[in-house]
Formats: sequence, C-alpha cells, structure tokens
Amino acid sequence: MKNQSSAGTGPLRFAAFVALTLTACSPVKEYQKSRINDSEMSLSNRKVEKNELNFQSYREGSSGANGGKTGGGCGCN
Amino acid sequence: MRKICLTVVGMYFMLLHAFSQVITKDSTGFQPKKLKLDEVNLVSSYYTQNGDHSSIRGGIGSEKVTDLANGLELKWVGWDAHQRKNTLTAGLGIDYHTAASQAWISKTGASHRTDGLRLYPSLDWTRENERKGTSFSLGAYYSNEFNYQSLGFSAGITKKTKSNGEFGLKLSGYFDQVKLILPSEFEPANAAGSGSGGRDHANYGSSPRQTYTASFSFSQVINTRLQAIFLLDLVEQHGYLGLPFHRVYFTDGTDSIEKLPSNRFKLPLGFRLNYFLGDKVILRSYYRFYIDDWGLRSHTASLEVPIKLTPFFSLSPFYRYYTQSAVNYFAPYEQHNKTDGYYTSNYSLSAFSSHFFGAGIRLVPPKGVFGTHLNTLELRYGHYTQTTDLVSDVISLNLQFR
Repeated sequence: MKNQSSAGTGPLRFAAFVALTLTACSPVKEYQKSRINDSEMSLSNRKVEKNELNFQSYREGSSGANGGKTGGGCGCN
Repeated sequence: MRKICLTVVGMYFMLLHAFSQVITKDSTGFQPKKLKLDEVNLVSSYYTQNGDHSSIRGGIGSEKVTDLANGLELKWVGWDAHQRKNTLTAGLGIDYHTAASQAWISKTGASHRTDGLRLYPSLDWTRENERKGTSFSLGAYYSNEFNYQSLGFSAGITKKTKSNGEFGLKLSGYFDQVKLILPSEFEPANAAGSGSGGRDHANYGSSPRQTYTASFSFSQVINTRLQAIFLLDLVEQHGYLGLPFHRVYFTDGTDSIEKLPSNRFKLPLGFRLNYFLGDKVILRSYYRFYIDDWGLRSHTASLEVPIKLTPFFSLSPFYRYYTQSAVNYFAPYEQHNKTDGYYTSNYSLSAFSSHFFGAGIRLVPPKGVFGTHLNTLELRYGHYTQTTDLVSDVISLNLQFR
C-alpha cells in the first residue's frame, strides 16, 4: 500500500520540482548568452552518444523522454 | 498653420520614404539560397557485452554480443524566398553484430546464424521561420534486419516564447514486422532445415507491431548560466511485443515461447538541467522517471561534467545510474507456472540496477582539426554493469565535417 502511494505521487512531485525550476528564471538578453550558447550546454544528447542510447534501450526495460527515437529498430529486445 | 500642416505631411512622406527604402533594401538584399551541403557526421561505435541470462535459453546461458555500428549523416541547409531556413538531413546506418545466444535458437545450440546486419536509412526535413520563432518538421525512417523490419514517420512543431523558452510537439508512428523465427522444437515438422534454425527465408511468417508516440518538450533559459528542458512522451504499443525465439521454462521443466500482452502504454518524464560553472566547467544533469502498464517503474539519473582544458578542447567524465522494477510477467528460468497468463524470462524486464561510467574528449579547433574540414572530433568510452551480471563496454567516435 505504501509503495502504491509513492508511485502515485512520484510524477506529481517531479512536476512540482520542474515547475519550480522553470519559474525561477530571470530575463536574459541575446548578448548575455555566450555561456548558454556554448556547444557543451546543448539540451540534446551528443551525436557520439547515439549508440549508447540504443544499447541502453535494448538492455533495459524503459526508454524515451530523451529527445531520441521512441520506436522501431532492432528486433533484439 | 498651413506651414505646420505641410511640415507634418512632409515629415510623414519622409518617414514613409525612409521605411520604403528599408523595405526595398531588405527585399533586394535578401537572396534565397538553394540547399547546400553544410555538415557531414560520421559516427562509429564498437560495443561488446557478456552476461549469463540469455532470453533465447529462457534466462540462462551466454549473452555474449559484439556490435559494430556506423552511421553517416548529411545535412543540407538553404533559405527560401520567405527567409525560412530549410534543413534536409539524410542518414544511413549499418550495424553488424554477433550474438552467441543465436546459436541456441536450435535446441542443440547448432543454429548456423550467429551474426546479422542491420541497415537503417532516415530522412528529416525542417522548415524554420526565425522571425516568428516557429519550426515545422517531417521525418521518415526505415530499418531492416533479418528478423525485423520497421517503417517510421514523424511530424513536429516548435514555438519559441518571448522569454527564452521553446515548446515542442512531435508525433511519430512506427510500423514494424517481427519475423516469426521459432525455437527449433516449435518449428513445424515439415519445415526445411528444421532443427538447425535454417528454414528458408521466405517461409517465415511475420507479425505486426505498432508504436505511436506524442513527445512534448519545453525548454527554458533560466539565467545566463542555467537552462533546462522538460520532456514527456506518451507511448502506445500494439501487436506482437515479445520475440518469438525467446524461450520460457516452466517449473516442470517443459518450455514454451514467451507470451506478453499485445498492448503496452509507456509514460517517461525527463528533465535535463545544464549549468555553466565558472569559466571552464559545465554540469550536464539528467533525470527520468518512467512508468508503464506492465508494472515496470524506473529511475534514471546521470551527470556529465565537461571540463574545458582549452577553449577548443574538453574532457567529459560521466556517470549514469539506472534502477527498475520487474514487469508483472517476469520470472527466472524454471520458475514460471504453466497457469500464468503471460510469461517471460527476458532479463531486460527483470528488477535490476545498473551503473554506466566513462569519459569523452571533444576537439573543436576554430580552423578545423589539422586545418582541414574536420570541424569536430569526439571520442567517448563507457563501461556498463548490471546487477544481473551483464557487463558491457562501448567506444564511440564522431567526426563532424563542415
């Protein structure tokens, strides 16, 4: 019963944390974005990670929410 | 009064003339540009794994696998008459793998085929309107290997907000065919090559599998050093969701083929937070919560710390932790009851946790590597361990030419 309860509130707590983070923003002008625009700050996966994500999705039971493919491909899973 | 009116009218015409000049200048200054090759990416990886819970043998036996993956991606960029940026990306991937467990599709371990090739071309087109802050994209994907074919399509939109944010929505559908390659003891008695996994290619039947996904994202620049993205996928799968050559052994020692429900709904929620610490260190963090209606729940957390040793060379150690519960239908070798409605001994659906760690280097000299068109060089190595005793290593190389 305790486990079911924590499973139900997990996504809610996660959403609350995300909302709190995203609402804590301050205005940033274009000329202030030198660090934000650095290629290492990209919010997507690196190209060199592509095959790592593939093997993780085959060897683990969950996938998705990483901006990559969500279906198709290998018949090895 | 007349002078004032004439002055105002004169100024109005001057302003009108001035704006007319600007518009004329813009419209004549802008020239649409045809699609031109802008970027070429080559990604190669070598993957090797070992373990002792093969799905083909019902949860026992070698999981030794090697995989050599190579991908080529070509990107063309151009601007149309409405000053919209068009990007066309064509990709082709070729993987070659060997898997020791494939020999055990035959009951005696005598199947001939222990390797395979996968080809996967893709095509993506994006139209971006920088003035409106919007983009629209379409994609098509295909993947073909001996026992599996997949055809996929996607369409997506993004919209920037006035406060450095961006919403994204992508809808995709994958239409797959799983070839019904059965363990030798379940082959029809009259099948050619029965008993060695050597039936003629055309004789295999196939079963469909569909995957529909709605992917939502919202990214936000929080301050001059911090930005985040929230990702949510709604994934619905239908059709044959197991694999026909995965065995299950029951408590009485007899075996069957794994049996899983024909529907699965997955809900992964991801959050990425990147922070530029000082002038040389970046913190790239990621967390994902996942839940599905087969009873699997997982948490993924990772941290990568690129350190800029020079403005053009960085070293990036990383660590990823993953933990999951088992699906409702999993049990190890010879622990399923025949009365179970669904059953599998695939250890990727069991309860376990894993660690993945390693490091990468990234070289981006302003005039290219050795003064060539090689714009970026990335090399990355990772070591992966599961509490199921599966161990793997992967090394990847990305060469970007511009």
